[in-house]
Amino acid sequence: MKIKGRVWKYGDDVNTDVIFAGKYTYTIKDRAEMARVALEDLDSDFTKNASPGDIIVAGKNWGCGSSREQAAICLKERGIGAIIARGFARIHYRNCLNEGLPIIISSELQDLIQKGDEIEIDFDLGEITAAGKKIKFPPYPEFVQGLVNDGGLIPHVKKSLGLA
Amino acid sequence: MMGRTFAEKALGRAVGHPVNANEVVTVEPDFCMSHDNTGPISRTFKKIGVKKVWKPERLVVILDHGVPAPSSDHAVNHKEAREFMQNQGAPHFYDVSSSGGVCHQKFPEEGFALPGQIVIGSDSHTCTYGAFGTFATGIGRTEMAAAWATGNIWFKVPESMKVTAKGRLGKGVSAKDFILKVMGDVKSDGADYMSVEFHGDGIESMSVASRMTLCNLGIEMGAKNAVCKPDQKVLDFIRGREKSSGWEVLWADPDADYVKEYSYDLGEITPGVAKPHTVDNYAPIAEVAGTAINQAFIGTCTNGRLEDLRAAAEILKGRKVAVRTIIIPASWNIYREAMHDGTLDALLDAGCIVCNAGCGPCLGAHMGTLAPGEVCVSTANRNFKGRMGDKESFIYLASPRTVAMSAVTGKISDPREAF
Repeated sequence: MKIKGRVWKYGDDVNTDVIFAGKYTYTIKDRAEMARVALEDLDSDFTKNASPGDIIVAGKNWGCGSSREQAAICLKERGIGAIIARGFARIHYRNCLNEGLPIIISSELQDLIQKGDEIEIDFDLGEITAAGKKIKFPPYPEFVQGLVNDGGLIPHVKKSLGLA
Repeated sequence: MMGRTFAEKALGRAVGHPVNANEVVTVEPDFCMSHDNTGPISRTFKKIGVKKVWKPERLVVILDHGVPAPSSDHAVNHKEAREFMQNQGAPHFYDVSSSGGVCHQKFPEEGFALPGQIVIGSDSHTCTYGAFGTFATGIGRTEMAAAWATGNIWFKVPESMKVTAKGRLGKGVSAKDFILKVMGDVKSDGADYMSVEFHGDGIESMSVASRMTLCNLGIEMGAKNAVCKPDQKVLDFIRGREKSSGWEVLWADPDADYVKEYSYDLGEITPGVAKPHTVDNYAPIAEVAGTAINQAFIGTCTNGRLEDLRAAAEILKGRKVAVRTIIIPASWNIYREAMHDGTLDALLDAGCIVCNAGCGPCLGAHMGTLAPGEVCVSTANRNFKGRMGDKESFIYLASPRTVAMSAVTGKISDPREAF
């Protein structure tokens, strides 16, 4: 799979409260509505203007804090193609995979690109093309690859239980 | 051969053979905790197509995030949870009643947090149960739905970090001050994916309630779980409450392998805070003393226990608060005890308000949300932008004593000045 998209760039320790505000956790139930408030307390430009296929590039510890899964769902529903970060907080890491939202751990990209740059990700080759450079990234660990291949946890579980 | 860490032993026990850090294991959880998000989880569960939860008696559902329901949307969540538990014949349901409270307080109170067992919870502060020697970790909603259906969950056996504390905390200094300092040193991702073990005579000297405060904040350093050695204090606590017989005291071997180690002398810890807007933005109290506040809040799964309310009352007795001060006991049992021993009287006499047990304003849902520009000093666990209301508000995290003293002066103050 290959995707090409416009970059939204963020720093370190972006927490799930600013990705999806706590005040909405029990009031917004509709996934499309979750997408509409994505990153509301972090970047109103993103909330207004992010488009399907866009790619988030962030620093360390993306998605720290609350386990709230809407932080992954709102970005998935917004059509975000992938999140590339220096590191992910563990519950959010699992939530993204469970939602079928591609995530990439890479530290080489952050200094090369700016907000609005277009970059390309080739998941089969494990390669990002950005600012005329090619950056390799490691494949998912083997035990999560099956989950990713099935498109997230629910399809994966249905398949494993013979309910797909 | 190298000894084993707590995480290696607990996950090894769960799979029935020895395991090492970085192995991937699939385990059956002893209990699955969820709260108001049980409604959404039950909807995802239905999508899987399985009719019955694998073992309904392993579900523990405690409503706390918005209790009583602050809006009809919250009420719908509660209704869904109620109906789901009933339909599943699942016995462990704690509704909006005087048997309730904050999930991370009620879960141990009701005897579900047991040494050596595996607990998953659809809440990041599930790591609190490590105070009882439980391997307990937070997960997302979808993952909980899958665990209900399959009876299992995968884990990478975490590497471990060792935090050793010797000595005793000084007068007016709390376990919260210690862990805020640790968070400042380790940083919010310093324990990512790891198991954090608390060792030393300083930890042994602490109450179980204080150890819950330490383990509660493990997630704020990125940890998968956090744990203290289950000693006689823990065994005394769980006696007569335990909801399962299949538990076992486990602890790390002296020669276990750690990827990081930190050491502290508790006698050197001073009151401190985490400044806005990150949990690792530590400052000793002297650095922030005098900062004007608009609201003080004592409660939550971090610091809403009896010892916390008593510590606040000790300072507030005979004094008056200068700003609005919200007290929320972490459970109705605590509420009752604080009512009987005079703690609530002291707090009310000082001008505090006391709300019903629950999460309160911690996650910005109700009972004390903040206006733009307002500053709150809070005993909770997160000071993220917008966490308690408006994104232009400011949260300082501190101990119950620091919050109480600050409430009296209307500015962040050193609680040692009260004595």
